[in-house]
Amino acid sequence: MTMLKVENIDVFYGNIQALRDVSITVNQGEIVSLIGANGAGKSTLLKTLSGLLKPKKGKIEFLDKSISGKQAQSIVKAGISHVPEGRRVFANLTVEENLELGAFLRKDKQGIHQDMQKVYEIFPRLLERKKQHSGTLSGGEQQMLAMGRAIMAKPKLVLLDEPSMGLAPLMVKTIFQVIKDINNEGTTVLLVEQNANMALSVANRGYVIETGRVVLSGSALELQNSEEVKLAYLGGH
Amino acid sequence: MKKSKQFWLFIIAAVLVYAVVQFFIANGTMNQFYSNTFIFIAINIILAVSLHLVIGITGQFSIGHAGFLAVGAYISAIVTMKLDLPFIVAIIVGGMVAALAGLIVGIPSLRLKGDYLAIATLGFAEIIRIVFLNIDYVGGAAGMQVSHLTTWTYAFVCLVITIIVIVNFTNSRHGIAAISVRENEIASDAMGINTTYYKVAAFAIGSFFAGVAGALYSHNFYIIQPSQFGFLKSFDILIFVVLGGLGSLSGAVLSAILLTVVSTYLQGYPETRMIIYSLVLILVMLYRPKGLMGTMEITDYFKLWRTPKGGDQHGK
Repeated sequence: MTMLKVENIDVFYGNIQALRDVSITVNQGEIVSLIGANGAGKSTLLKTLSGLLKPKKGKIEFLDKSISGKQAQSIVKAGISHVPEGRRVFANLTVEENLELGAFLRKDKQGIHQDMQKVYEIFPRLLERKKQHSGTLSGGEQQMLAMGRAIMAKPKLVLLDEPSMGLAPLMVKTIFQVIKDINNEGTTVLLVEQNANMALSVANRGYVIETGRVVLSGSALELQNSEEVKLAYLGGH
Repeated sequence: MKKSKQFWLFIIAAVLVYAVVQFFIANGTMNQFYSNTFIFIAINIILAVSLHLVIGITGQFSIGHAGFLAVGAYISAIVTMKLDLPFIVAIIVGGMVAALAGLIVGIPSLRLKGDYLAIATLGFAEIIRIVFLNIDYVGGAAGMQVSHLTTWTYAFVCLVITIIVIVNFTNSRHGIAAISVRENEIASDAMGINTTYYKVAAFAIGSFFAGVAGALYSHNFYIIQPSQFGFLKSFDILIFVVLGGLGSLSGAVLSAILLTVVSTYLQGYPETRMIIYSLVLILVMLYRPKGLMGTMEITDYFKLWRTPKGGDQHGK
């Protein structure tokens, strides 16, 4: 079942066009990876989906309802949760307060409490540090917190922007394992990564974006075996 | 439960401070000069705490607070002098009109960030000042006569209400949303928090209390003139907040007390006054670059004493 349908969107920063005629779909239960070089427009696409940017043209449908041009808070309410690039935790608030803010729009106290326990189960490190200011966490822990915060919104679809950026290889493995885990529990994931190898290894399908256009799409396996992708993003042979 | 204990301790301390000062004023130990200084300290604390909500909590760098002080001062003076209504009505109306002015200024300008917001608020404060300068109804440049109605009781009650409202706002769910705007606006947006709403709300509440301070201010001086509300006044208030530590309410209170006392005592030495005042600022910033209190509150220190190892409060 199609969960997210993006049709022919154009997005601008001022006069500069960042996305041209981009169309993608995400089906329920999938992990979909967007790969591409720096500045290709991957993060722009995620920001547009979560309502931080507005498309100038085109349609975005989430669960058969149009969300293009909607405010960020109604998109979060609809069930899309965005983990922005560079983690962006609230540095002077504690880990616990960060997680509570993730559930800001929810009213079910019981459910929030349960999800908080779930996040601590997924990331035991956060439980150890729950009273600590999040600015004092390591990069990897901050990424865990950013993801935990997104889970607190109880999303149907999580948008992950460069979760491996600047992390030690071991931490990258942990993070990707968690991505698989939350996907197994029923959350659909749209993943933006520069680490194309890693991204395609967990994904069902992928899109390759170059200078604001989708240039290639297919199953993760097809993309991993495609000569172009190998040459450009996977380090060739 | 713990919260309400803190609340009652605060109320008891407030009543004690009020009673002691009121006792000395009433039996004549404290002359007009000292009682005026105490009133002035209370007004400055209200200003500092109201700006603390905007800058320290919500992270919006507004440097036009004197504009809202002016609105409160003039509107309340009109209410008592021209309309002959009681002072208490003037305080409330002054605050409400200032809050309205805050909304009108805030809605367009809070879309700006950082330096741009600072310049816009500075500009708005100047506009407000120039408007009063050109209205003959309120005396123009010559100023407006106001009777002396502010007493220690009025000033102190307003101060206590201001602190209670702002502390409660900060500790509520709305306060944490406002802090998340300060910490990271994009992440806050992505959490589904209506960042514009919280910025404007904090700005309007801050303006309300600046207006209340304005009402107390104008009725403490016999005359008000637009020149009293220039950008230097805005900077005075800003200095209270920065010197106290951005994000610390008790810091704002402490530095408002400290700086008011210093500048009052230096009035006897007009030649060296600004030099010494500036030296105090420089010294504090050199030795406490994050302000007197940093981001800590006085109550945090009590907690530290109780858990001798430093506790886990701040990740030490």
